[in-house]
Amino acid sequence: MITFEEIKRSLLISLWFVFLTFPIMVIRVNSIEKIVEWRWMNILYVAVGSFVLSMVFRYFMKRKEMQAGAKDDDQDTLGQSFVHKILSIPKYRNMLYGGILIIATVYPFVFSTYQINIMTTALMYVVLGLGLNIVVGLAGLLDLGYVAFYAVGAYTYALLNHHFGLGFWIVLPIGGLLAAFFGILLGIPVLRLRGDYLAIVTLGFGEIIRLILENWGEFSQGPSGISNISRPSLFGLDLPLEQAIIYLYFLMILLVIFTIFFVNRLQDSRLGRAWIALREDEIACQAMGIDKMKTKLVAFSLGAFWAGIIGVVFAAKTTFINPASFTFLESAIILSIVVLGGMGSIIGVIIGALVLILMPEYLRALSEYRMLAFGAILVCMMVFRPEGIISSVRRTYTYKPQKNSNRS
Amino acid sequence: MRVMLNGKFVAAVAGLMMAVAVPVSAFAAGDTIKIGVAGPHSGDLASYGLPSVNAAKLVADQINAKGGINGKKIELLIEDDVCKPEVATNTATKLVSDGAQVVLGGICSGATKAALPIYMDAGLLVMSPSATNPPLTQSGEYKNFFRTIAPDDAQAQLDVDFAIGKLGYNKIAVVHDKGDYGKGFAEFAKKFLEDSGKAEVVLFEGVTPGAVDYSAIVQKIKQSGAQAVIFGGYHPEASKIISMMKKKRLEVDFISDDGVKDITFIKVAGDSAEGAYASGPKDTSNNPLSIAAVELHKKTFGSDPGAFFENAYSAMLAMTNAIEKAGSTDLAALKKVLQSEKVETPLGAISFDQKGDAIGVGFSVYQVKNGAFVEL
Amino acid sequence: MDYFIELFFSGLTRGAIYALIALGYTMVYGIIGLINFAHGEIYMIGAFTAFIIATVLSILGFPAIAIFVLAGFAAVIWSASYGYTIEKIAYKPLRHAPRLSPLISAIGMSIFLQNYVLLAQTSDFLPFPGLIKDFQFMEPIAHIVGSTDLVILVTTTVVMILLTCLIKYTRIGKAMRATSQDRMMARLVGINVNRIISVTFVIGSALAAIGGLLIASHIGQINFYIGFIAGIKAFTAAVLGGIGSIPGAVLGSVVLGLTESFATGYVSSDYEDVFAFSLLVLILIFKPSGLLGKADTQKV
Repeated sequence: MITFEEIKRSLLISLWFVFLTFPIMVIRVNSIEKIVEWRWMNILYVAVGSFVLSMVFRYFMKRKEMQAGAKDDDQDTLGQSFVHKILSIPKYRNMLYGGILIIATVYPFVFSTYQINIMTTALMYVVLGLGLNIVVGLAGLLDLGYVAFYAVGAYTYALLNHHFGLGFWIVLPIGGLLAAFFGILLGIPVLRLRGDYLAIVTLGFGEIIRLILENWGEFSQGPSGISNISRPSLFGLDLPLEQAIIYLYFLMILLVIFTIFFVNRLQDSRLGRAWIALREDEIACQAMGIDKMKTKLVAFSLGAFWAGIIGVVFAAKTTFINPASFTFLESAIILSIVVLGGMGSIIGVIIGALVLILMPEYLRALSEYRMLAFGAILVCMMVFRPEGIISSVRRTYTYKPQKNSNRS
Repeated sequence: MRVMLNGKFVAAVAGLMMAVAVPVSAFAAGDTIKIGVAGPHSGDLASYGLPSVNAAKLVADQINAKGGINGKKIELLIEDDVCKPEVATNTATKLVSDGAQVVLGGICSGATKAALPIYMDAGLLVMSPSATNPPLTQSGEYKNFFRTIAPDDAQAQLDVDFAIGKLGYNKIAVVHDKGDYGKGFAEFAKKFLEDSGKAEVVLFEGVTPGAVDYSAIVQKIKQSGAQAVIFGGYHPEASKIISMMKKKRLEVDFISDDGVKDITFIKVAGDSAEGAYASGPKDTSNNPLSIAAVELHKKTFGSDPGAFFENAYSAMLAMTNAIEKAGSTDLAALKKVLQSEKVETPLGAISFDQKGDAIGVGFSVYQVKNGAFVEL
Repeated sequence: MDYFIELFFSGLTRGAIYALIALGYTMVYGIIGLINFAHGEIYMIGAFTAFIIATVLSILGFPAIAIFVLAGFAAVIWSASYGYTIEKIAYKPLRHAPRLSPLISAIGMSIFLQNYVLLAQTSDFLPFPGLIKDFQFMEPIAHIVGSTDLVILVTTTVVMILLTCLIKYTRIGKAMRATSQDRMMARLVGINVNRIISVTFVIGSALAAIGGLLIASHIGQINFYIGFIAGIKAFTAAVLGGIGSIPGAVLGSVVLGLTESFATGYVSSDYEDVFAFSLLVLILIFKPSGLLGKADTQKV
């Protein structure tokens, strides 16, 4: 299996990495006391590590290529065909739904508070991902400032609660609507822009919102943030912490079900099809009589709406917010969820959110190597599954005259 | 796609699998004392969090080498909160679930505020080496919170008195780094300056941390005619600003807080730092415990300790001492010991007041002379 | 008036700094249409390499000028190697992937590299040696333009001119332009597209290394996180100028630097970034492909 040629190549690669990492891995200097520390052992680690990794990498690359070959024949890769096949049979599907519902219900009574807490966080990101999926996955508008709307929602609740004592349930729709309003506000001037120009403007918009929250102290209490935000109440009852966490968990479950239902229906609607058409070809789409501007604006504001809703939940969950939670990195993570999960695919986005949000928590076992591993996994996932974990299945009608049709 | 609920299936399965992989720790206080260490251990603020981890490790190793506290070894549970409130709540629930009995941490005030209600609910004692936001203790809301560092307002008062009284300035520029610590400090400084009636705040502005160049703000300070700059923030920005002041030939005094009173400030700013003032905990460099702690750090980790190392070291000593004296980790018992007994630490002999602030952590103003902070 | 001139030169220096990083961004974008978020990290690695080599050399007792040249050289070599390797690992396998996949890969790479340097070196801020000594002849105007500022301004100008010449007149430059216009067609006329893309990454990364060296000597300190913030600003500048255009990147950087400087000087530094990003939004509304970017006409 492993040829001499491959070993030679891996050896060369490991030599290259030894060279590459030499200054940073081997030398450590203290420029004040003029001490140079040579960590020669690190060379060995790098050499062996990169040798092994390059072998593994090549193996997987080969497998990927083989799969890509197989895909042409079968129109489907293994993983998704399995998922989709199960879902296409009503009997299995209903069993699955039932199973999930039972597990989701039992979950908080089996696991510790910590587990419930991070699962709630993950569910929040599921909704965020589904929201951004409307903008990026369906309408094809790259939004790098999604976190701005999330911040709008969070601050809406924090401020209204702080100043007027308004409750969670009243602010929930207000936060969503306000965020949607901001979405339109941003959308009107910038939707003329295409592709990456749109991306950088949305990034700028996200930063502007954060900077205003940071600097306009009279309005937002600045970087010291707003504390003591009330948790959601249950029919006017204030719950103790542990029960409040469970309550929030179920709330999120309901919200996730609602979002999935909503987005799913949306996708098949006239509007959803207009988005997909817009994503594929703007000009053809306009020619078909779709109002480009309106369609894009609706995508933007609907995406923002979900971010606003989750912003409110976020403020209620942490009970403390400050602008530090709404940085560009947060937008990047949400975008990663959408792309990693599979753009436009609802199950994909859900899996993406669970993987990306739960992974850093479970990587805590690696302590300081946590984020290193996170970055590496992100790269590897993209390299080996560029379409995302579960890519969206287009409604296709294929005509197969014979097996050996021409491939381009 | 006609799928509606399968996401939850995946959620649950993923959750299940992972939960099985990471077994839920038992709550029972076994034969170890579990001390949680929370703070930023990755990301842009890691340099403020990691020194506390080192401090905790050193103290724990020393105590364990002597047989532990009342026969129980210390076990550290080190958790990253990236200084973000939302991660900090997860970190806090994780520490509580894992059975931490006391917590060293909360490096940033914001993250600490978010996490405290969770610790309080579980009845855990929390001691921060660096969260200086005044309401943390002064609001009286967080009964389980202690800290080995003085709150921002006390320091701001000291710096303002120094600038007006000792140095006799009446036109002062107040600059901050927009962070919760820096801006909080700067706002107090501004308030005290205005209240004093003797000095005028000619400039009150924030700089963007991490910016590649600070010459514009330096030119603005020059333009404002300030005689001195009071800076609220940490040493990286301080050293950038003070070097830029030297480069732009602006000679005004630079007065700052204990985020700047760090040896790294002098190392990084080099000659430019000469003559700068910074307030900080009273000089402890002659304190044998402090010398020993720094030496031990050098020996163990091969480098100088970083920010808040001594505060964290002291907090560990105070907490372990309290656990030993109280004979348990019960919050009320620990509080009683902390508030009644002094403990020898690198910061001096300290105890705590009713609100949770350390008594005995005196503050004084330092000046950089010949590459070292000299107490004035 | 003095104040205006002071602010003007502050802004110019800041712009030149952004430009050194923005050039690399714009080159990579121009050729493969990828927002290379890891570019800021390459700049950071360049600064770290320069720091390490400079310190080792100064301990060995080399003269200042030799240290400056050798450290710069090392930074360029290693940053270029990192750029090359990153392209091979994280972007090349994704060449035919959906448009956003390489972007996520780039974000992952950026996180990875930050933490790699954090773990292999330190989380602390390190004092970067002042490699550029004050020139005597600059002393009378040192309060306006420092010696380091001068070096940065000159370097940026030289680099921009060289790069423009490279792209306009050399064989490899032609190949780059061909690749960026139509990759398939370029391949058909016998251009080794993979090699051209590698070369672009190498040049862009080398520029980032020069930037790392100069900027670190300017601000006097480095840390594993410096690349991220500088990278975002440089990217903004590149888009402002019209992404893909070399003079555009420099112009955009200067406009951005001046805006920030004047915003700080005449309004408040609290809102300097708000001004910077608002300017970006405004310019793009009226000129959707940046200051010097070519408006791409869409054919049907």
